[in-house]
Amino acid sequence: MAQPQIFNIQKFSIHDGDGIRTTIFFKGCPLRCKWCHNPESQRFSPELLFYSERCVGCGACKAVCPHDAINERMEPDRTKCVNCGVCVDACHYTAREMAGKFIPVREVVRIALQDTMFYEESGGGVTLSGGEVMVQDLDYLLDLLKQLKRRGIHVAIDTCGDVPFERFEKVLPYVDVFLYDLKLMDSKKHEYYIGVPNERILENLKKLDERHAAIQIRIPLIEGVNCDEENIAATLAFLKQIHPVKVNLLPYHNTGKSKYERLQQGYADEEMATPSKEWMEATRKRFEDEGYQTKIGG
Amino acid sequence: MAETKTTCACAMSELAQSGEDRGMNARIKALRKLSTTTQPRIDMERAKLETEAYKKYSGVYSIPEMRGLTLLYYFQNKTLYIGEGELIVGEKGSAPQSAPTFPELCCHTLEDMHVMNDRDIISFSVTEDDLKLQENEIIPYWENRSVRSKIIKSVSQEWRDCYEAGIFTEFMEQRGPGHTVCSEKIYEKGFQDYKEDIQAALNALDYTTDPEAVKKAEELRGMSYACDAIMELGRRYAEYAAELAEKETDPTRKAELLQISENCKVVPAHKPQTYWQAIQMYWFVHLGVTTELNPWDAYSPGRLDQHLNPFYLKDTEAGILDDDRALELLECLWIKFNNQPAPPKVGITLKESSTYTDFANINTGGITPDGRDGVNDVSYLILDCMDEMKLLQPSSNVQISRKTPQRFLKRACEISRKGWGQPAFYNTEAIVQELVNAGKTIDDARKGGSSGCVETGAWGNEAYILTGYFNLPKILEITLHNGYDPVAKKQLGLKLGNAVDFKTYDELFDAYKQQITHFLRIKMTGNNIIESIYAEYMPAPFLSIITNDCISKGKDYNAGGARYNTNYIQGVGIGTITDSLSALKYHVYDKKDISMQQMMDALEANFVGYDRERNLIQHHTPFYGNDDDYADDIMCEVFNFYHDSVTGKPNMKGGKYGIDMLPTTCHVYFGSVMMASPDGRLAGVPVSEGISPEKGSDTHGPTAVVKSCAKMDHLKTGGTLLNQKFTPSVVKGEEGLDHMASLVRTYFNMDGHHIQFNVIDRETLIAAQKNPDQYRDLIVRVAGYSDHFRNLSKELQDEIINRTEQSFE
Repeated sequence: MAQPQIFNIQKFSIHDGDGIRTTIFFKGCPLRCKWCHNPESQRFSPELLFYSERCVGCGACKAVCPHDAINERMEPDRTKCVNCGVCVDACHYTAREMAGKFIPVREVVRIALQDTMFYEESGGGVTLSGGEVMVQDLDYLLDLLKQLKRRGIHVAIDTCGDVPFERFEKVLPYVDVFLYDLKLMDSKKHEYYIGVPNERILENLKKLDERHAAIQIRIPLIEGVNCDEENIAATLAFLKQIHPVKVNLLPYHNTGKSKYERLQQGYADEEMATPSKEWMEATRKRFEDEGYQTKIGG
Repeated sequence: MAETKTTCACAMSELAQSGEDRGMNARIKALRKLSTTTQPRIDMERAKLETEAYKKYSGVYSIPEMRGLTLLYYFQNKTLYIGEGELIVGEKGSAPQSAPTFPELCCHTLEDMHVMNDRDIISFSVTEDDLKLQENEIIPYWENRSVRSKIIKSVSQEWRDCYEAGIFTEFMEQRGPGHTVCSEKIYEKGFQDYKEDIQAALNALDYTTDPEAVKKAEELRGMSYACDAIMELGRRYAEYAAELAEKETDPTRKAELLQISENCKVVPAHKPQTYWQAIQMYWFVHLGVTTELNPWDAYSPGRLDQHLNPFYLKDTEAGILDDDRALELLECLWIKFNNQPAPPKVGITLKESSTYTDFANINTGGITPDGRDGVNDVSYLILDCMDEMKLLQPSSNVQISRKTPQRFLKRACEISRKGWGQPAFYNTEAIVQELVNAGKTIDDARKGGSSGCVETGAWGNEAYILTGYFNLPKILEITLHNGYDPVAKKQLGLKLGNAVDFKTYDELFDAYKQQITHFLRIKMTGNNIIESIYAEYMPAPFLSIITNDCISKGKDYNAGGARYNTNYIQGVGIGTITDSLSALKYHVYDKKDISMQQMMDALEANFVGYDRERNLIQHHTPFYGNDDDYADDIMCEVFNFYHDSVTGKPNMKGGKYGIDMLPTTCHVYFGSVMMASPDGRLAGVPVSEGISPEKGSDTHGPTAVVKSCAKMDHLKTGGTLLNQKFTPSVVKGEEGLDHMASLVRTYFNMDGHHIQFNVIDRETLIAAQKNPDQYRDLIVRVAGYSDHFRNLSKELQDEIINRTEQSFE
């Protein structure tokens, strides 16, 4: 399997699990959520990002590009660009950046341990996120998890759930909590908005629960996609079968839009909107009334 | 002598609403409104009476006696003020916002008076009569007698050149030494008691064996006159309040005035009996210290919560005090502090000064002298008071110890995140260890704390004097130019070779160290001269009464009378110097992708035409503030060398030197005297502040900043300053408070000395810069103190806007 690519390691991460955490973002995802706010996390290989607002048009990148993949406005021509990164080194204005690089387990652990004192004080730890961490090279993942566990670091895995269950079984002994996404209960709609049906995702969630894994449910709420009464009711009904320690309701924001521009990708945001504050609060209350500790936001 | 810009800016990150209608009741609201809307003015009464007294006493009495008698003369004749509704009485001048001048320290020229009257920010009204008095009476007498004129005559040319070039600044040419804080002493004894102690010390002098007995007697008699002075002020206030009560028709106010009169009959002559009297006692002492001389950082009540708590307990038990009244009296005290703008400076320093803040500092919380948790009922009242009052002065901060309850820490975080920079957080365990490391007993150390901005002292027992800021990055600039200052265009340093001559990083760093040693020698030489001038000509007998062990030694505060005597030199720009050395080491010596000649050319050209080099430096260099040992090790080497070169050197008072790492606002001035630096900083731009990373250098978030900063050995300093700026979203909700509290606890577990938070939207600041009139009430934390944003220079505003905002959404 290909080496895992990491596109960001974020310290003082306070929205991905309890306490102060370090979140490791892996590149590559089996899903294609239309609202994804991290488009650079979808593909598995490194990708060139272009920040047009920083570009002064000096042409240094164009001069060195071995594939003639840069146009007059210095934008990468994605049909020709092979993401070799030569232009990144040539740019003096940080207008070009590569998303994704391989970092050996030893180095990831070193960085993750730097903030141990903060984890201990705040009840935090390390979160493995993405993209999707559960589809990454299993040897790498297990090595990383074992090393963190051995050092007593609290580990959370943020997952979409769409992987063979055997993978979950392998990591279970080393994970303290799963941050599990629950997006759409209707499988047809799920396939339309996300690219895959939801049966395996729901099945995995039930199995994880059967194995007494600590589960924190995360529900992105997108007006026009999954805020209808039918979906909310179905979600609540499904949750009755499992025992989440917490529920996070994450209202959609189109803050990812500029990232699509950096990848010269279109962003279909017409059908998606941010739910109102009042609706969010009413929904939070509904979840809470069902007995779940529920919070708006991560 | 060209004066430098040495305003003090400590921490700041707060938005206070000064014109706002704040206060727990109508009385406080009215007093606060008067305090925050009155235009500050110059008050010539002190200068006039001071001059009369000197003409009367000079040559007749010894200098210490004359100083005591002069204070007595002022308190005998000054205008009294009791404002409508006031419960705590006394003003430095003749009314709120009236600033006396101190011509014996430095004498304003007529031009100075015009500048302070005419300028848009931090102005002081000056009348035609004031100008006439200054011209005819004050200037002719003081021009050549002031301490400042004596200093100018005494220091060397070499010192002046370095001073003018901005290698270091000098605190003592405009204000007196002070920087000290009140202990429990004034609540245990009154000045009648101290007068008796002084008499006993006089009686004990042995003229047959002690060659200093005559000098000691003079000093002690000076202290005795100073006791008379403060008691005279109390006596007059008692009388005045009774007079007002006589005329008062409202029975409630009449009763208050009568109680004020009763209070002033007890304090300051005797020790306070009630909570109310205890606060009034502090305030009289504050007036004594700050009108005797104009000491740096005014004066501070220090551990006010611990000092007041016994009175609070006794009075609430007796049923004569409830929480509302206790809080109201605290709020009255807060307004008193805010009524006293820092006296205006002279010359260029006046022009550059941008604050009314006088740096009085209160440490709430911490531990008791026997090492237990110090948080008590009054601590929580003080937090409520600072929250409600939202005033620049006093600087209301908290000490956090391992024993501090989480509830107290979180309540402090809750106030801090409102965005106006108070309270800042001090680490009790670090302070105690710093003090013990500097030779204090554990008992004295536990009573200590941080004052001014962040400076550590053994309160009530120590004279700890800040002597000036030291420009660490500037000295690298001089090192790279063979000892020549390319901005001042003078050979100021040693000739150790040009930049290209240093074949290895070690050679370069060794040269840098030699230049540091060279400039420190010049700075300390000047310090010692100035210290001697104060010891001889400007004793402070009043301050000496309340500082241990001046009475028993028969020695003045300014001459080594205190139990401990420390001189600090404050290192500035550790972020800039670290990043500059890291850029040189990494690119010129390690990777060799920039030659030394290219680097020097780029600096000369202010990086114009050197985009490649600047890009490499700014985006591909290990910088301080990212928990990266490559850079952080360099920081430690610079810090350790600076520490070793200063700490432990003897001063003229029998004490020792130490270091602080804080800038106030001096990093702005220090940047203005520098060309571009090797870390990519452009010419004239401020250097890094406190121990914070260079702006924009820290890209890994607040935990990485805190980790880098904690690699410095804070316990070897007398204080460090770390500013962290957050957008409101990061510290939102209960979890936001938990995150703030965790950051504080973790930094303190790593022995960090101080941290303060600026919680402000960048947009708010930009809007305030564009429309200052719409944001008249915006208060931000500068660097150990808070100030009105509109009163800051454009440069400093930009600096605050640009401080890295730690935001993680």
